[in-house]
Amino acid sequence: MKILVPIKRVVDYNVNVRVKADGSGVDLANVKMSMNPFDEIAVEEAVRLKEAGIATEVVVVSAGVGAAQETLRTAMAIGADRGILVETDADLQPLAVAKLLKAIVDKEAPKLVIAGKQAIDDDANQTGQVLAALLGWAQATFISKLVPGTDEITVTREIDGGLEKLAVKLPAVVTVDLRLNEPRYATLPNIMKAKKKPLETMKPADLGVDAAPRLTTLRVVEPPKRSAGIIVADVGQLVDKLKNVAKVI
Amino acid sequence: MAILVIAEHDNAALKAATLNAVTAAGKLGGDVHMLVAGASVGAVSQAAAKVAGVAKVLVADAPQYEAQTPENLAVLVKGLASGYSHIVAPATTAGKNLTPRVAGLLDVAQVSDVVAVEAPDTFVRPIYAGNALATVKNADAIKVLTVRTTAFDAAGEGGSAVIEPVAAGADLGLVRLIGREVTKSARPELGAAKVIVSGGRGLGSGENFSKVLEPLADKLGAAIGASRAAVDAGFVPNDYQVGQTGKIVAPQIYFAIGLSGAIQHLAGMKDSKVIVAINKDADAPIFQVADYGLVADLFTAVPELVAALG
Repeated sequence: MKILVPIKRVVDYNVNVRVKADGSGVDLANVKMSMNPFDEIAVEEAVRLKEAGIATEVVVVSAGVGAAQETLRTAMAIGADRGILVETDADLQPLAVAKLLKAIVDKEAPKLVIAGKQAIDDDANQTGQVLAALLGWAQATFISKLVPGTDEITVTREIDGGLEKLAVKLPAVVTVDLRLNEPRYATLPNIMKAKKKPLETMKPADLGVDAAPRLTTLRVVEPPKRSAGIIVADVGQLVDKLKNVAKVI
Repeated sequence: MAILVIAEHDNAALKAATLNAVTAAGKLGGDVHMLVAGASVGAVSQAAAKVAGVAKVLVADAPQYEAQTPENLAVLVKGLASGYSHIVAPATTAGKNLTPRVAGLLDVAQVSDVVAVEAPDTFVRPIYAGNALATVKNADAIKVLTVRTTAFDAAGEGGSAVIEPVAAGADLGLVRLIGREVTKSARPELGAAKVIVSGGRGLGSGENFSKVLEPLADKLGAAIGASRAAVDAGFVPNDYQVGQTGKIVAPQIYFAIGLSGAIQHLAGMKDSKVIVAINKDADAPIFQVADYGLVADLFTAVPELVAALG
């Protein structure tokens, strides 16, 4: 089966972002960008399914600025076969991304879409579910295990309170949680090989999708800072502070 | 126009997170209705009707809603949506699973993880692991929201809502529940606990995790949480994880023990009223957010603390 993996280029997870002084957003100038960590796990899972002889082809898709080509190359260095970039400088929100992905799914006809559960920039946690809705497919979010099958897959989902096991009919959209796998590091030979893999570029209009945003960001501010605390000398002082100053125990 | 809150429940009882969602819904201006979809949900519907601020409870009682899978539920909610200005669910794993699917079917944008309502169409939500707060305006006719439970008080009792059955939709048969492994614990739920004792990689093993932290949690009547590192290392189950992609908590007091305080972890707990950090590494970032920091070996400090609490 063919597997499609949507990936997003985001601020690297180690970067402490700064809010712009004019409140228009966060400062992305000269900030390290990487593949969204959950998407890396999604790519790894798809590549493992290919290595196990279950997936026939792994196609990675990204929507966004031209530089997202690098992110697609990273995914191809992990082992994806080819990439598609839907290129736009416009603000893309989850609904628009899901519509673009639906258009790609209609063209590519994968049997399974494996996506990250959320992007660590907007933290929306929507795109996979919206895509499943638009396609009318089954969905399984936050999965920590995937057992392939012919007409259905079995997944374990991380839910509040524990784990849930589902049998999911194919075609389906799944979104991955942290503990599904540990993504490999791309080796230098594979990075070189990835440069030669096919990468197709198109525009939202080529797919006939209206990607206009529905949400307007009015302002972005820093959250209130916690005032600096104190270092206590020992357990006795800690208990004293908690009882007599903070009055919480 | 009225607001529809989607009740979270296990067919037996209403989950506490629903009560926070009701309070958020009350800030949107309009009657608050609640949808209870499940199988044999008489008791849940009764409980929902008693929640203060709820005017009407819609009940879809059918076997295809027993497992609460989003494929069937989203179609049901879509069918009810035209009478509502807002559809609201708590930002729990169940809410996050369902509401984007509803938004997709309705072709509207969802606003995730709302922490404040500025106007019926304007909401504040955290982005970048809570390192920034965005105020967004939603132009869609039906506004689909998930709300962060720690940002809104729980609605109390005292309501007497009308209970109205609604017709169930078809069973799409796309997904079958095989089973759930729910962590059983006598401790309070992480999301609702007043005191949380959280441990990290510094505990070293699952055995140490329970041996060191449980006595403290017992003494304080606390819930137990963990960092991602502790969960990844297998010390504790996944649902203990506090952080950007795990549980978001805001207790009266949060003990961070043997955890460094990665930004992803801080995102899940920095709204706690008082933060106490115990770590032998004086440079651990957790000390930058802690009200009280103790630089010490947790294996001696925590038992001492338990003893000192009497």
